[in-house]
Amino acid sequence: MKSEALSHIRICDFTGQLAGAGATRWLAAFGAEVIRIEDPIRHGRWDILRGSPPFKDERRGIEFGSGFQNHNVEKLGITLNLRTERGHELLEELVTISDVVSENFAAGVLDRMGLGWDRLVELRPDIIYVSNCGFGQTGPYGTFKSWGPIAQAVSGVTHQSGLPGEPPAGWGFSHLDHTGGYYMAIAILMALVHKERTGEGQWVDMSCTEAGASLHGADLLDWSVNGRSMRDAGRPDSNRSTSPEMAPHGVYRCRGEDNWVAIAVRDDREWGELKAEMGGYADSAGLNDSRFDSLAGRMAAVDELDAKVTDWTRERNRFEVASGLEARGVPASPVLRPAERIDGDVATSRWGLWPMVEHAAMGGVRVDGQPVHLSKTDWSIDEASPTLGQHNDYVYGKLLGLSEDEIADLKAQRVI
Amino acid sequence: MDHLSQVELPVVKPTAPPIDAPGPLNGIRVVELAHEFTAFAGRLLADGGADVILVEPPEGAAQRNHGPFAEDQPGPERSLSWWAENRSKRSVVADLATAEGRELVASLIASADVVLESKEAGWLADLGLDHDQTSATNPDLIHVAITPFGRDGVGGTHNHTDLTILARGGPMWSNGYDDHELAPMRGRGNQAIRTACHFAVMSTLTALLARSRHGGQFVDVSMVAANNVTTEFASYGWLSAQETVQRQTGRHATPRPSEPTQVLCGDGRYLNTGVPPRTGKEFTALLQWLKDLGLDEEFELTALLEMGTEYETISLAMLAEDPLAGEVFGAGRDALAYIAANVSAHEVFVGLQQRGIAAGVIWSPDEMMTDPHFQERGFPVEVYHEELGRSVLYPGAPIRFTGSPMRAPVAAPRLGQHTDQIRDELASR
Repeated sequence: MKSEALSHIRICDFTGQLAGAGATRWLAAFGAEVIRIEDPIRHGRWDILRGSPPFKDERRGIEFGSGFQNHNVEKLGITLNLRTERGHELLEELVTISDVVSENFAAGVLDRMGLGWDRLVELRPDIIYVSNCGFGQTGPYGTFKSWGPIAQAVSGVTHQSGLPGEPPAGWGFSHLDHTGGYYMAIAILMALVHKERTGEGQWVDMSCTEAGASLHGADLLDWSVNGRSMRDAGRPDSNRSTSPEMAPHGVYRCRGEDNWVAIAVRDDREWGELKAEMGGYADSAGLNDSRFDSLAGRMAAVDELDAKVTDWTRERNRFEVASGLEARGVPASPVLRPAERIDGDVATSRWGLWPMVEHAAMGGVRVDGQPVHLSKTDWSIDEASPTLGQHNDYVYGKLLGLSEDEIADLKAQRVI
Repeated sequence: MDHLSQVELPVVKPTAPPIDAPGPLNGIRVVELAHEFTAFAGRLLADGGADVILVEPPEGAAQRNHGPFAEDQPGPERSLSWWAENRSKRSVVADLATAEGRELVASLIASADVVLESKEAGWLADLGLDHDQTSATNPDLIHVAITPFGRDGVGGTHNHTDLTILARGGPMWSNGYDDHELAPMRGRGNQAIRTACHFAVMSTLTALLARSRHGGQFVDVSMVAANNVTTEFASYGWLSAQETVQRQTGRHATPRPSEPTQVLCGDGRYLNTGVPPRTGKEFTALLQWLKDLGLDEEFELTALLEMGTEYETISLAMLAEDPLAGEVFGAGRDALAYIAANVSAHEVFVGLQQRGIAAGVIWSPDEMMTDPHFQERGFPVEVYHEELGRSVLYPGAPIRFTGSPMRAPVAAPRLGQHTDQIRDELASR
């Protein structure tokens, strides 16, 4: 059953890639009518993910990009040529029947298309306009190009992942495209809450880089309060934990090829449990030394402890290490591969985290679900991403009231 | 910084927010049972203007003991972790082991729009405070639980941390180095918790928008699931193509190795180069830059760059078929690294971007806060701390609402700072 949480909301959606499409993906899963606008002349390629790998099989082209398909489930798709006067008129008609206009172009692009804030608010006085770009709409970098890895770099997120003396390890995916999408969704939803209570729309300017800089927590205050830079020697050493302090705390090699287990010992009790799980090894490795009885003592000997824990895990099975420790109340987990967490973990399968949708061109394909359940108005992901122009007849016919002949005419003139 | 003045600014700008705006969530009351897993969600709602009331035990929330501490002096009012995640909230002390404490929390919940908690299943029910109990008196209540595996705990226990959730949930597999002798990495900052909190906030707001038609409801957030769907094509590469990504230094994990994207710059900092130059226009800009820096004669591949200016675009197909295109493309990448080695990372970043080539300087968090762009936007904001007798910089709002600006942050509450105030408010309802 289709979610009714946001079924009263219509979005005129220019977003693309993940940083934008990820935001309206949430709204669509909760029943909002998200109308995705694509260019018929360039076959929607302003979103490069439309034709980008990974691919389900040997077929290629704009209907086969798995990323696009994943990010646009439950949305409607229309084509509209904004270079034409008629296309522009139709867009303005669509704005007047929408609650929200969303985009993640570079700053000023929609304005140059004649659809800046001033015009939007003329068309619909209570419109919510949310623009999302790498560096925000103002400031010296306002026109700079950005995507996930760049926002991650400039925001400090990349720097915060790595070993001392090594280059930054960063994040091996566009963490800030995901997270930028979450902030954009939050921006749209907060503006909708405000509108529900006051009747007022507004323009919302969201910056992915600033979203990234919101994620540092205590590390940033350690600079602004204590004057300590994350560039100081020995930092970031990010598999260790200093906030809160924990030791041992790390990712340890296990038996087999590239197999690892994460272990976090939060307190003295858990240290005792880790040693109990180690059995005779704890004593033979000298871990019963009273130096390690306190957190301060363990933090002071963290290199030594990591080496000794590794000696214990190295020839062990990562699943057995983790389950043994978890049974004793010690946080531990194998580092799971994609196949293992998608097809082999009840924590995701029983949640219903990987719904199957039937795509008009690709066929059946599984996608990311939502990691929440709402008891009354839960999400629903049943419809695949739209093929190019798939919902033209519905949007132009039913919503804008054009006749079949008029729609055929628009297609012939390449307006849609 | 006069090179920055060359950048063209957009025509229409959002207006600057007033200082003491109430925020888009003004009037929404959130009762948060203080926990490190809920703190950031509560903070985002508080930034939005919600009245977020922390319920703390008499000894204070555990997070108050999390370092680092202000001026390195430990103490429950000096935890920087507490300060960062609990700004703009109020604190009430309630001892849930006593009838009086339970009564206080019950009446707070009766007055609330949202409850935010991270308790093990059954814990709240034993106190008469679970959603099916509190919703009897407050049917519009939205109750949000953020737990490692969701309320039913299918797949594991409550005993997990940021590190183990990143490992179980997937992000960690993708992060690390080309050298697989080095362990997969977590990024600092408790990102697994933040990701779950982002979903909790989106859920809370969605439930608020559904409330007038559907009433209140229970929201179950799984931290492991939240991280599973925050891995980009590590997940959908497997879902659609059964491909397994492999971690690489400072760039996307991919099924097959890709070229490095980080270059070391003249000042010892790194730059993320994005996609190397591929268009004639970009080669022309790069060549001119080399000349401007006086490096074109010593750079050995200048001739190839000149050939690059003749291409419209070097496509992926051309790279596969035309050896010369490959050499030109390689020369573009080498020229970029050559320039980088001679100037600071910030100069390369701005220089490339001004020439239309995407790139990003790899700042540390503190360097980002002192970057002129973010300062001009007013992103760093001052928050006064009584404990210090001075103001310190915090990250401001990444979302600028021109009509209902987010609230300027105030310092996190001291333990029980608002207990009397809140008791009075409840008594006068």
